[in-house]
Amino acid sequence: MEQGQVYGEDVEPGQEIPEVVKRVTPRQLVMWAAASGDFYEIHYDADYARSVGLPGIVVHGALKHAFLGDLLHRWVAPGGRVVSFGCSYRELDRPGELRCRGRVRGVRREGTEHLVELEVWVEDAQGRVTTPGSAVVALPSRSGAEA
Amino acid sequence: MSEVQEDLITEEIRSLIGVEWPPVVYEVERTGIRMWARAVGIEDPVFHDEAEARRRGFERLPAPPGFLGVPRVLPGQPEPGPPIRGLNPRLQRSLNGGTEVELCAPILAGDELVATSRIVEVKQRAGRVGPMLIITRETAFRRGQATVARVRATVINY
Repeated sequence: MEQGQVYGEDVEPGQEIPEVVKRVTPRQLVMWAAASGDFYEIHYDADYARSVGLPGIVVHGALKHAFLGDLLHRWVAPGGRVVSFGCSYRELDRPGELRCRGRVRGVRREGTEHLVELEVWVEDAQGRVTTPGSAVVALPSRSGAEA
Repeated sequence: MSEVQEDLITEEIRSLIGVEWPPVVYEVERTGIRMWARAVGIEDPVFHDEAEARRRGFERLPAPPGFLGVPRVLPGQPEPGPPIRGLNPRLQRSLNGGTEVELCAPILAGDELVATSRIVEVKQRAGRVGPMLIITRETAFRRGQATVARVRATVINY
């Protein structure tokens, strides 16, 4: 899984970062409910979800946000850090395969770090972008502290 | 994006905008960190194993990106922060609209973060699901005097 440190100098606009695939099960939604404290019934009670017009239980938006945090962390670790990340829950997702992806928009040097702006998103098994977002991460420089 | 005929933003809702809610303490604990990381499928051992965390320069387990602890709320107390669901009694259903998190400093197990939040914007719109309110709430998380994180959350009431 470890691919070695990514450095700011190695990053170019347009570049895609390694995707992370999540196979979301109802069990995972219950684990997330407990970890996050979000016990809204649409995420684990199919009868309730249908009673409010949904097709069945749906993935928590905040879990998809957390998936994008994991995507970014995997890319920048261990020497970089996630500065900010956000997304819109444009479409609901049912449990199943979700692909978390990202593409570099731009890079700028700030002190000893490189700040990288990215477009990030979650797409479903049909390739439909359900959760578009954006992020900023900081990557270390190959030249280290003497930038 | 057609206009909504009836004004869904009542006087009561309008009066909530900009009001800062009483602070709530969020406890960041190692058990909560591990549980959150496991629920998300975060495999980096730095969030699970304290020896690995120390090896990587953290005194205690760091919080994975987005984890800001668990609010300390007593039984019978309402959820922390200004209400973001059921603001208009006609709109009893809600969906999460979006989340933005800004991380200003590392957050570690053992931290007690003080969160203050306010509704910063309420919009109305006629959507696919009928008339809806779009409510945006901002929360600042502080450790001592330092702001360590900011969260902007959008909720749709319909």
